[in-house]
Amino acid sequence: MKIINRLISNIRVARALLITQYALMIEYRAEIILWAISGLLPLIMLGIWQEAGISKTFGFSNEWLARYFVSAFVVRQFTAVWVMVSFEEDNLEGRLSPYLLQPIMPFWRYFISHIAEQLTRLPIVIIFIVSLFALKTNLIWIPDIFRTALFLVALFLSFTVRFLLHWLFSMVCFWNDRASAIERLLLLPYLFLSGLVAPLDSFPASIRSFAMVTPFPYILSFPSKLLAGHDVNILGGFLALFLWGTTLLLLSYIFWKKGIKNYSAMGA
Amino acid sequence: MFNKKPHFVRIVSSFWASSIASELEYRFNIIIEILSVIGNLAGSLFTLSLFYGPNNNLGGWNWYSSIVILGIYTFLEGFTTTFLQPNLSRIVRHVQNGTLDFVLLKPVDSQLWLSLRIFSPWGIPTMLSGLILISFGLNFSNSEISIKIILISSLMLISSLLILYSLWFLIASTSIWFVRVWNANEVLRSTLVAGRYPITAYPDSLRKVFTFIVPIAFLTTFPAEAMLNLLSLKYILFSLLISLSFLYITTKFWNYALRFYTSASS
Repeated sequence: MKIINRLISNIRVARALLITQYALMIEYRAEIILWAISGLLPLIMLGIWQEAGISKTFGFSNEWLARYFVSAFVVRQFTAVWVMVSFEEDNLEGRLSPYLLQPIMPFWRYFISHIAEQLTRLPIVIIFIVSLFALKTNLIWIPDIFRTALFLVALFLSFTVRFLLHWLFSMVCFWNDRASAIERLLLLPYLFLSGLVAPLDSFPASIRSFAMVTPFPYILSFPSKLLAGHDVNILGGFLALFLWGTTLLLLSYIFWKKGIKNYSAMGA
Repeated sequence: MFNKKPHFVRIVSSFWASSIASELEYRFNIIIEILSVIGNLAGSLFTLSLFYGPNNNLGGWNWYSSIVILGIYTFLEGFTTTFLQPNLSRIVRHVQNGTLDFVLLKPVDSQLWLSLRIFSPWGIPTMLSGLILISFGLNFSNSEISIKIILISSLMLISSLLILYSLWFLIASTSIWFVRVWNANEVLRSTLVAGRYPITAYPDSLRKVFTFIVPIAFLTTFPAEAMLNLLSLKYILFSLLISLSFLYITTKFWNYALRFYTSASS
C-alpha cells in the first residue's frame, strides 16, 4: 500500500512539473520556433549529398538519402539538449540552492523541462514536415506501424542517453564554473560521428567501427534509420542504447554525490 | 560610424586589455579550446573527404581548392567566437536588463562601443587553424601568387567579414523590439554552416537561396575564388558593393531601432 501511495504522489509531482514547465515553454514559443529552424542542418546536408557525384559510389539513391536526412531532421528536433547551459546558469546565479532544498532531485526538473519543450516543438515540426512534403511530393513516405512504434521507443531512449551524457558533464560545474566550453567540445563528436552530416554507411570501415563504440550513432543514426525504413541492426541498437543509458546514469549519480559535497552555493 | 576619434585606438586597446585579463581567469579553457580546434579540424576534413571519390570533384572544386573554402569558413568561425558572439550577445542582455542606457550615455559611438567592447581570445586558435588550412590548400592547388592576388584576396576576405558582422549586428539590433533574439543568432550560425562547402555543390534552388537571401556565397566561395585567381572583376566589385551597403544599412538600422528603445523598468 505504501509503495502505491508513493507512486501516486510521484506521478502527481511529475504531472505538476510537466504542466508548469509546459506553460513556461509556451511563453517562449517564438524562441522555440527559432530553435527548430536552427536544426535545419540535415536538410542542408541532404542538398549537398544529392548533388554530390560520390553518392552513386556508395549506392545511395536520392530517395534513400532524402528519407535518411528528413528522419535525421526529426530525430534531431526531439533530441535537443541544453541542460549544460541551464545548469551552469543556475549554478552561477545561485538558483541551484533553493532547488536542492526541495524534496525532488534537480535532475527531474531539467529532464521534465526538456520533455515539455519537445511537446511545444511537436506542432512546429509537423508544420515543417507537411510543408516540406507539400513542396516536394516525391519525398513522401509512410513508415510501417511496427517500425514507427520501435522508432518512438528508440527516440525516447536516444533523447535520454544524450540528456544523461550532457547531465554527466554538467557536473563539471561543481569544480569549474564554466561548463559551456565543454558543451562545445561535446558537440564535435555529435556532429561528426552521429551521422548528422554524413550517413555512417559512407564512412571507411575502420572509422565506422570506431564510431559504433561511442554513444553518438545511437542517438541519431539509429532512430533515423528506423524511421526511414533503412537496414539497421535493431536489437544491437537497442542494446547499445540500454547499455550506454545505464552506464551514464550510474556515472552521473556517482559524480552528483561527489559534486554536491563540493558545492559552494554561489551567490548565497 | 567610424568618424575618427583621436582617442579611439586608446579606448579599444583598453577594452581589449581588460577583457583578456578577465578571460584569463579561466585558463583551464585553453586546453578545451585546443582540443576542440583539433577535433573540429579532423572532423571537417574527414567529412569533406567523404565527398571526394576517384573523380576528385565537388561542384567543380577539387580537393585542395575546397580546403581553401573550409579554411575561410574556419577562420570566420574563429572571428565569430572572438569578436561577434561575445559583443553582440551583450546587446541582448543590455536591452533585457536596461543597461543599454549606460552605453548610450557614453561619449562614444554606441554601435562602435557595442561591437568592439569585448575581445575574447578563445577564437584565436580557430582563426589560426583556418589560416593554416587556407595556405595548405593554396600551396597544393598550384595557384600563382602575386601582389594583385594578395590584394584582391584580402579585400574579399574583409568584405566577407563585414557581411558576417552586419548579419550578426542586424539580428542583434532587432532585440530592441523583440528583446530575446539570442536564438536568431543561433539560426544564423547554423545556416552559415552551409559555407563549409563550395556554393556550386548545392542543388540549384539552395544555391539561389545562399546567394541572394543568405549571402553565404559572399562569405566563403567568392573569397576562395579570389585566392585561386578565379574571380572575375564583376564579382569583385559586386562583393565590395554588397559589403559596404550591408555596413551602411547596419548603422542606419541601428539608429532607427534606437528610436524605439524605451529602456527597461522605466
